Amino acid sequence: MKNFFFNKQVKLCDVITSYPYLLHTLPRFNISLGFGNKTINEVCVANGVDPDFFLLVCNVYAFDNYLPSAQELTTVDMSQLVPYLEKSHRYYLDKRLPHITHHLERIASQLTDTRAGKAIMMFIGVYREEVEAHFGHEEKHVYEHLKKLLEGKPDRSYSIDTFIDSHGNLQEKLEDLTQIIFKYLPQQLSAEDDAIEVAFDILQLSSDLKKHSLIEEKIMVPYVKQLERSVK
Amino acid sequence: MKSRILIVEPSEMILHGLTAMLKDLNYKVLEPRRTAATLDNDLSVLRPEILIINPTLCAAPMQLAQGRSMKVAALVYQYIEQSILNQYDAIIDVRDSANVIESRLVQLLSQPAVNHDKKTENYDLTKRETAVLVEVAKGLTNKEIADALNLSVHTVISHRKNIMHKTGIKSVAGLTVYAMLNNLID
Repeated sequence: MKNFFFNKQVKLCDVITSYPYLLHTLPRFNISLGFGNKTINEVCVANGVDPDFFLLVCNVYAFDNYLPSAQELTTVDMSQLVPYLEKSHRYYLDKRLPHITHHLERIASQLTDTRAGKAIMMFIGVYREEVEAHFGHEEKHVYEHLKKLLEGKPDRSYSIDTFIDSHGNLQEKLEDLTQIIFKYLPQQLSAEDDAIEVAFDILQLSSDLKKHSLIEEKIMVPYVKQLERSVK
Repeated sequence: MKSRILIVEPSEMILHGLTAMLKDLNYKVLEPRRTAATLDNDLSVLRPEILIINPTLCAAPMQLAQGRSMKVAALVYQYIEQSILNQYDAIIDVRDSANVIESRLVQLLSQPAVNHDKKTENYDLTKRETAVLVEVAKGLTNKEIADALNLSVHTVISHRKNIMHKTGIKSVAGLTVYAMLNNLID
């Protein structure tokens, strides 16, 4: 089974060619394009990334049924996990959402009913606030908890179980937005190109967010559980 | 061949009355049931062509009919929400005469067997659903909507489920956009 997943001796370009969505992960590792024919191991070493951690993320990202073993989680250097997750947050908030909002503004401005346009902008505005609150909570409580565990100064008042119970889904509302765009925009909308483009942007953000939560749920949660047990 | 009819009805009086009428009309009336407790099994064993059931005993008549060549009629003698009655192939009202009941059953049996799995659903919102949607978009709670439209909270929730299913939109913010785009709010 293990052989189906990526390993360190594979060329990074081959992996990216088969799973182009993994391109999303590269900037989060500070790996820039133009890596030639180097293997994953070579690219990672050159960029100061732990290759095992890189593989772990790639495998979870590319294969929905991949579940890292407890042993993998103990042997891999996890110091880059929080920086990776935080970089993803910044990417969603600083790049993707402004981009989507900009497209929606153009669509909204061309609707004859200005109230409908306002409702769309309100929708994305409120969604952004929800995403900010969701990420803010994770950074302040969950990631901080993990950092403290790694520093050997665990905060025993917090437990990862709290996170498991309350981890909300950010994709659901995006589905509402795509449904509205697909089904309910006025036909013969002059901003139709914008609508199609933004639909792709939203679908992509949605799938990236899902991968992001899989990384949290399949890597971060079991890892933090291990750490919590070891300091008890 | 006489058509096989199964009646599911809690009231003994109504049960006997209807059974007698149907027997006079030469239908084969199967051993009736007073509750729907074992209905799924009963239908598989008895294989009626028509099921006449009190709608208060049956939440999803279409599901019962799924995979069976059977028509389902609602036996009505109290107020039942139209949205529930719409799910039945026919309505038999307790005030109907024998003639009317017979014509309903004949019509029912002459209808081609619909494949309930593929039955095209109506995705247009009903008037009531639209009214509920407008209140949802205003930001009212289920309780407030129930009071405003003089419905039970339970009914409001069931309308909201239908609205979500039909529009494909789950969030209040999304439904508000929908209501605006469809000019439902003035």
